Amino acid sequence: MVEPAELPGSAGAGAGVRDVEVLVVGGGPAGLAAAAAARRGGAHVVLVEGGDDVGGQYWRHLPAERPAAAEERLHHGWSTFARLRRTLAGDPGCELFTGASVWAVEPGGGRGDLPGAGALVVRVLVAPAGQADAPARRHLALRPAALVVATGAHDLTLPFPGWDLPGVVTGGAAQAFAKSERLAVGERVVVAGAGPFLLPVASSLLATGARVLEVAEAAGPAQLARGWGAHPHRLLTGGGPGPSGARLSGVGVLAGKTRELAGYVAALAAARVPYRTATGVVAARGDGRVEEVVLARLDATWAPVPGTERVVAADALAVSHGFTPRLEVALAAGAAVAGSGAGAGFVAVDDRGATSAPGVWAAGEVTGIGGADAALVEGALAGLAAAEALGHPAGPEVDGLLRRRRVLRAFADRLAAAHAPRPGWLAQVTDDTVVCRCEEVTAGRLRSVAQATASAADAPAGSRSLRLTTRAGLGPCQGRVCGHAVDAVLGCGLPASASTGSAGSTRPPVSHQRRPLAVPVRLGELADLPPATTPTSPATSQPSSHPEPEETP
Amino acid sequence: MSARRVDPARDVARTTTGEPVTLTVDGESVTGVRGQSIAGVVMAAARSAGTGGALRRTAGAGAPRGVFCGIGVCFDCLVTVDGVRDVRACQRRAAEGAVVTTQAEPLPARVEGVEGERRG
Ligand SMILES: Cc1cc2nc3c(=O)[nH]c(=O)nc-3n(C[C@H](O)[C@H](O)[C@H](O)COP(=O)(O)OP(=O)(O)OC[C@H]3O[C@@H](n4cnc5c(N)ncnc54)[C@H](O)[C@@H]3O)c2cc1C
Ligand code: FES
Repeated sequence: MVEPAELPGSAGAGAGVRDVEVLVVGGGPAGLAAAAAARRGGAHVVLVEGGDDVGGQYWRHLPAERPAAAEERLHHGWSTFARLRRTLAGDPGCELFTGASVWAVEPGGGRGDLPGAGALVVRVLVAPAGQADAPARRHLALRPAALVVATGAHDLTLPFPGWDLPGVVTGGAAQAFAKSERLAVGERVVVAGAGPFLLPVASSLLATGARVLEVAEAAGPAQLARGWGAHPHRLLTGGGPGPSGARLSGVGVLAGKTRELAGYVAALAAARVPYRTATGVVAARGDGRVEEVVLARLDATWAPVPGTERVVAADALAVSHGFTPRLEVALAAGAAVAGSGAGAGFVAVDDRGATSAPGVWAAGEVTGIGGADAALVEGALAGLAAAEALGHPAGPEVDGLLRRRRVLRAFADRLAAAHAPRPGWLAQVTDDTVVCRCEEVTAGRLRSVAQATASAADAPAGSRSLRLTTRAGLGPCQGRVCGHAVDAVLGCGLPASASTGSAGSTRPPVSHQRRPLAVPVRLGELADLPPATTPTSPATSQPSSHPEPEETP
Repeated sequence: MSARRVDPARDVARTTTGEPVTLTVDGESVTGVRGQSIAGVVMAAARSAGTGGALRRTAGAGAPRGVFCGIGVCFDCLVTVDGVRDVRACQRRAAEGAVVTTQAEPLPARVEGVEGERRG
């Protein structure tokens, strides 16, 4: 990937701070599309991506030193990716930084001649290729006139006894190793959780030579029918209202998506992999690593039905119950998160990606789970809008993009309804289930501390004080993995009990998502910052009442 | 662990067999393929290696942990590489000759009644 050797600091921008036109954070489908669109509009673009290469989670591919003759066979839309990457890498008006993680966003003082986000300075650490988490990384301080946040999402895995054993991985991990290392996470693998993502995970595992014992989908027939609709064929033929009331038209838009899903189903069928609905993992067991997985039938609320447990001998378990956005950069830039509706818990945006913060746009899965096609469309819309705000008018493509976005969003709403966690899942969390993996805080401990400290003024139990007492969410991952589950165990957030909300309608509060540092920074690296750019507190994150580790834990 | 690299003869992507890369993991020599992450190399070698695929032991229970998220967000795979601790094994490319130590961090012991301790 291109690595610009020298970055001129622009005059008057403050020590080491460089002004840029459009800054895109994240090099997945959304970020790449945003960068390309902003370039079409004529804006100068800088794209920063924390990973070793662009592509994001969808096009997570083999590294350059290990080429494949037919890598496109592992991916959908590979030609789109190849074209985007080629175009951007060969474009002098676009600078791509890889290994470049945004770790803070802070007030930048603003400049009269720069609209919008000229008010923010985005801090970036750049690691040498392949050397993630190396000390003494290079610093960049960028002051964008327009900022596009496209940081994507990561797996949401609901806890169960044994989910901390080696060999239990997220669906995304199984996928990442299959695609970028040609490695099967196990030989006999159970795939479980919820959502259509289980299908590509299982099919990638098959393609790496693993045996997939079964795919267990938590949603039952009723929930699936409610979400996907009584007439799923309408998804293919167009027409018919989705749950959000949007008319589903646009055969072309959904045809590719449907073809992709059909391909996975065919791969599973060919390998005789059972796909069971209303089925979930209730435990993983083994001595030092997974040796067996306990599956059970789930009722309509996702509570395990007693007496239906089955033990399956497996050496790996890939579990994913959906995705949760990577909000750090968006929150630090001042963008608000939607509080209700289908997009609750994700960055709130308008049709063209504008967030509540002036000069800040967001696109892709950080704004809602819609898949790579939706991320591409939203990225393009946000990139054009950002460029437009800087005086580079967008062409006629916007209308078509908006139409595609509507169709894909309606599809995503169906998906969410069909697979969103149902309140009964908490029954799988026994008192000795580790909920916070980093600090090894069990559900029993959370519940007893909550009970001991409950007060009328603090109901439902405030997760902040509980986090301080139990340390849940204060370990290295800073609540990225456990945050939602901790809230649910405490009775807020994700549906936890029959009284809290219907299918997926409640979403967790964002308190555990506020992290002053988006990625860990070594103290020595902070100490090495030039004095004039020593960070102050991030622009708009809530003051944190607890100590945040400032060093890689 | 029984993670396994795809058999090159059956790889639909026709990935090159790749040059070997050898790491030392807790003193043991472990070979993977250039371009793999440290986590990938350790997982694929787990069958034969002493760590059994674990990358870390937890502070409280001393429980083994391996890869969980695979994309750098869970921090369950922290290892020490060439003396530098807290490197996410799933994000770090395996470099020839790298010395990897699995991390274990016992909680600090509580020390009572230290002589000369100042109380205030
Ligand atoms: C591990 C994983 C595997 C997946 N595999 C598939 C699949 O095979 N098929 C499928 O249909 N869907 C898959 N998905 C869903 C997929 O993520 C989305 O459909 C699609 O990639 C969304 O695109 P995006 O651009 O919004 O986000 P992403 O593709 O997630 O891209 C976001 C990018 O932002 C970068 N980033 C995040 N934070 C920072 C920061 N602070 N600084 C710099 N860069 C940052 C990330 O490194 C990432 O590359 C997967 C998801 C995950 C988590
Ligand atoms: S496995 Fe999650 S950070 Fe490496």
